[in-house]
Parts: sequence; structure tokens; C-alpha cells
Amino acid sequence: MKIGIPRALSYYAYYPFFRTFFENLGLEVVVSDETTKEIMDMGIQDTITDACVPIKLFHGHVKNLMNRVDYVFVPRLVSVNREATFCPKFLGLPDMVICSIPKFKNMLEVRIDLKKSRFELFKLCIKLAKQFKKGFFRAYIAYSKACNSLKNYASQFLQGGIPPLGIASQKKSSNVSLAVVGYPYILYDPYLSLDLIKKLISMGVYVVTPEMLAKEEKQKQASKLRKNLFWTFSNEVIRTAYSLFENGSVDGIIHVTAFGCGPDFIVDKLMEIDAKKYKMPFLTVTIDEHTGQEGLNTRLEAFVDMIKIKKAKKEAALA
Amino acid sequence: MRKVSFPYMGTSYIPFKNLLEAFGNEVVVPPKPTEETISLGTKFAPEFACYPFKIVLGTYVQCLEAGANTLVSSGGVGPCRAGLYTTLQEKILKDLGYEFEMITLEPPGRHFKDLLQSIKKLINAPLTLKDYISITRFVWKQLVLLDKVERLSHKIRPLEIKKGEATRVYKKCVELIASAEKYRDLPEIERECELLYDGIQKRDSDPIKIGIVGEIYVLLEPSSNLEIEEMLGELGVYVERSMFLSQYTIYNAVLDLFHMAGERNVKKTAAPYFKEMCGGHGRESVGNAILFAKRGFDGVIQLSPFTCIPEIVAKSILPKVCKEHGIGFLTISLDEQTGKEGLRTRLEAFVDLLMAKRNQTKSFTVKPQIAKEMA
Repeated sequence: MKIGIPRALSYYAYYPFFRTFFENLGLEVVVSDETTKEIMDMGIQDTITDACVPIKLFHGHVKNLMNRVDYVFVPRLVSVNREATFCPKFLGLPDMVICSIPKFKNMLEVRIDLKKSRFELFKLCIKLAKQFKKGFFRAYIAYSKACNSLKNYASQFLQGGIPPLGIASQKKSSNVSLAVVGYPYILYDPYLSLDLIKKLISMGVYVVTPEMLAKEEKQKQASKLRKNLFWTFSNEVIRTAYSLFENGSVDGIIHVTAFGCGPDFIVDKLMEIDAKKYKMPFLTVTIDEHTGQEGLNTRLEAFVDMIKIKKAKKEAALA
Repeated sequence: MRKVSFPYMGTSYIPFKNLLEAFGNEVVVPPKPTEETISLGTKFAPEFACYPFKIVLGTYVQCLEAGANTLVSSGGVGPCRAGLYTTLQEKILKDLGYEFEMITLEPPGRHFKDLLQSIKKLINAPLTLKDYISITRFVWKQLVLLDKVERLSHKIRPLEIKKGEATRVYKKCVELIASAEKYRDLPEIERECELLYDGIQKRDSDPIKIGIVGEIYVLLEPSSNLEIEEMLGELGVYVERSMFLSQYTIYNAVLDLFHMAGERNVKKTAAPYFKEMCGGHGRESVGNAILFAKRGFDGVIQLSPFTCIPEIVAKSILPKVCKEHGIGFLTISLDEQTGKEGLRTRLEAFVDLLMAKRNQTKSFTVKPQIAKEMA
């Protein structure tokens, strides 16, 4: 039996888990093709105009898969911890997809709500395995392997690599280091982010993303805001930013966001106001389905150049 | 002395002002949002902020300029962004150099202690239990009455012979209610309002019926939805809104205290299409649209602020729902760029289509439930 996993949204955060789990259950996993203009256009066809690009893209990836697999895996991510949930578009994703895409019948909807207890994920996996008529033991083995593979994925980030982009490690010797913050489904999709991270690396910049910071470091910043944000990914982003403001280990922060992204109007403005306080150079890049390569290149080059000039001046003053 | 102000939303400022004054605060009544308010809001708010955020931010700036030193607003538990409005607005306004205290009234279910502390800050007069009861009774009755006269205006407006009369009477009623000083005044005012509405000359016809669903602020604040209800009424359409403030307060403040979900039937109706609570009023929009269809309405209009997340989810689902239930559907995104004339054209076209559809299927025009309600 073939299970299709769309290469969009939660894919970039959790795919090693999904993939290992399904494979170890003895199912064939098909990941949708890498994003291209065709996939994007297919998604745009069926979605409403106000939806953000990542959502449109998800629809495109589902359409790319739906005719060549038995089931398309569409997660309904409700929560992965106690403190936060996800953007409403994640919560209503299966409902949106099934209503928007005509003739889409083979959806495997999985509700992921882990806030109740530590064993919630395990219970969910057992239930899912039962659905495919697999036994308890097989499910348990698949579950533990899947957990390991997710751990492995996370540790690759901590060592300075960016596995979804195929970057094993970066040279620390580069003189400018920038944080690129944003949601994994934008940052790690080279088509959507217009290859922003690789562009920066080729300019000789050392790139830090939210996933590259240790969990504890981010958790320490939780008290900075009087009220936690409601969304898991947004909390990651804002805590990364605060942590970097504080220790000053980067020379600037680039926030990559999608046009019309709901949570980001709050995240972006909070970061912008606080970046001023900490005198941290801050750039917001807004991306949609029409964003042009050249405009982005110019902005990135200008930003990096300005940081270089600033650094040179500082060093001259010190000398 | 606390000088308290709060966001402007429909006619809610009347009971809220009375409540805060009875608690011993000086109240800076927020001005009705105008173009100036909106341009102030858009100037200081982030680009993708939802429309209500911008209007409320603009209102705050105006209130602070008028001398307010405390702002009161509601909170929330998400995942709708409205729950974080005050966090960000406080930051933006303080960054602009204003000095004030922001008091956020969180829903009682999860933040009961917080809520009590916030309310405590707002009580600056010695009050006995009896006082509390009489204040609550008065303010609540006022709120209910305001909703009632608004409902009546929706019902009468499509039937009026002289254009604009219902609107005039509605304004008069609001003034009357606002002028009440104690609970005992209200029953008489209620009778007077009913008489005023009765005095309007009405024609005998069966108007097109449209239900309005969507996000609460743009539903309740006419200046944010370009007075859509008035516009539709003048086109000869009976409009029913899915949400009123009194009912919203019961569901979100009173029932929440006992961890009970409000509007259960709406949520249940929406369940086959919309399985998960996703904040805001997304699920209620879908549920209410179905309820409108079942009651025999001709069409549904969804109002949403541009980039409103729960309504985007609802918007993806609603076309299919309305098609399955054989009811017309129009969605309107509102922000500071939406123009009144463009909207009027769209509404006229929508109403014409509904009319044509009704004529086509004349044999089915007996729509029992709503016809009975209207009579």
C-alpha cells in the first residue's frame, strides 16, 4: 500500500518521523515532488485568494500525489506540547483540503493532539497502525524508530547543518553570521524561499535558523512575553530572536514570512520593536507566489553589505 | 484618578460606559471610528494586521490623546490572533511614547484569577453587594435592549415605504436607551421604542432574506463593514446577523466560567464540515450558514477582515456547504481599502441573482419557518 506525504507545511518539521513510522509499518512512502512552478499553480487554482502561499502550496502537493497513491496523509496538527497550538489553518487543514480540491477522496486524516500526556503520540501511532491492520509489536518498533529518526534530524540541525536543504555543515570562519528566522515550511522549501539560505551561504554568510538553537536556550526566553503566543512555530521564532538579541551571537536577523501570514503580523512587529531596542539590524522578507528573484537578491546583498560596513567601522574604531 | 477607555464596537460603549462609571472610574468615551481613526490605525499597525486591530489601535491613539490613562480590552486563549491584540498594541503604543496601563480581561475559564485581578483594578468605589446586583441588572438590560432595537431595525427596514425611516428610528431608540439612568427607566423606554417602530409605514411583501455570518468585530461595528446591513435593508432585503453582543457575552463570559461551550447546536451543525475548533468564529460561521439555509434563507454573506485566519478556513469550506444546501453565497473581505460603492455594486448583483433564483423556483417558495418568524 502506498502512502503519500505532501512535501509542505509540517513535512519540514516532522517528516523523518512520519516517514520512518510508515516505512517500518511496511507501507510504501511516496513523498510529493519537490516544489516547482507547476505544483504551485495547481495549488493556486483551487484555493481561495486570501490563503497564504504555504497553504496554497500544500494543496498543490496534495494534487501532485492524489492520483498515484492509495492514501494522502493530511495531518491535523492541534498541539505537540502543552503550551501552544498551531495556526488555525493547520487546525482546519483537512477540512479546507477536502472542500477545495474537487474529486479528492483518498485522504488519510490524522489528528495529532499531544497536549494531554506524554503517551499521546504512542497511543496515536498504535491507533494508526491498527487502521492498517498492523500488530502492536510492529507498531511499537516503528514508533521507537520514528522517534529516533526525529531526534537524529534535530541533532543534525544542532551541529550546524540544514538537512532539508542538503547542507551537512557550515564553515564557522565566515566573518558575517546572520539568523534567518521563520517557519520551517518557508525556510526549507528552496522554491518558496527563493533559495534564500543558500544565497546567503554563497555570499559567505554563516546562517543560523531557529532549529539550530538548543531547546533549553529557547525555553529560557519564554518569560520575555507576558503572554505566550498561541502558535508553536511562532513561539520558536520569537524565542530564537530574543535569545539572539540577548547573546548577540549574530550580526543581524532576517525574518522570512509569507504574505498575509496570520500569526506573523504579531511575531514580526514584536521582533521589529525589540530589535530596535537591542540595536540589532533587522530585515523582513515577505514572500508570496509572485516574489521575484532579482528583487530579493538586491535586498539581501544590500543588507549583507551594510552589515559588513558596520562591522568594519566597529573594528576600525577598536583599533 | 483612573481615566478609562476601551475599544469602540457598535453600541456596546453605552452599557460599558455605565458599568465603568458605576465602578467609580472616569470614562473617556471612545469616538466612533472615522477615516481619521482608520488612518491612525493603519499608520502604526503592521501591514497584515487584521482590520479590527487597526481600527482599535486608531481608537486607542485617539483616546490616549483625549487624556485616557487606562485601556481596557478583552483577551482570549487563541488560536485566533485577537487574544494577543493587547500584548502587541501595548508594545506599539508604548514604543510611540504613550504612558498608560493596559488591562486585559481574559476569559474566566482558564484565567479566573487574572480576570478577578483585572476587574479589581477597575473598581474604584466602595460598593455593596446590592450595588453590584443593581449595576449588573441595569447594564445587562441595557445591552439586551440595544440588541433588540437593532434586530427590529433589520426586520422593519426592508418593509419601510419611506426610505431611511427605520434608520432614523433606530438612532432615536439608541439615544433613548443611552439616556436611561437606572433600571426602572428601561421598561418604559422599551415600550416607547416598540411604538416608534410600529409607527413606521410598512408595505406587505416577502423580502429576500440574507443571513450574515463572520468575524465578530466586523459584524458588530457598522463603520468597519461599511454599514452593510443598512445598505442591504435599503435594497429591500431582510438581514439577520448571526451574532449579537448580549448572546456573545453569555457564551464567552458566563458559560466559559463553568467550562461549558456556548452555541452547541451551531457547532454540532458545522461538525460534518468543520471538525476542529480553530479559534475566532470560523466554525460558528459555517454552522450558522447551515442553520440559515435550513430556516429557508435565500443567501448567506460572510464578512471577514482581510487575512483573518479562522474566516479563511471557513471561506474555503462555505462555498461547498452553501452549494449543498442550495443557498446563495457571497464573501466580502474588509480592510481599509474596501470602497463603499464597489461593495454596493456587488450586493446589488447578489440580491438580483437571489431574486432571479427565487422567481425560477417559484413552486418552492414556501419557506415555512422563516415566513412564520417574519409574520
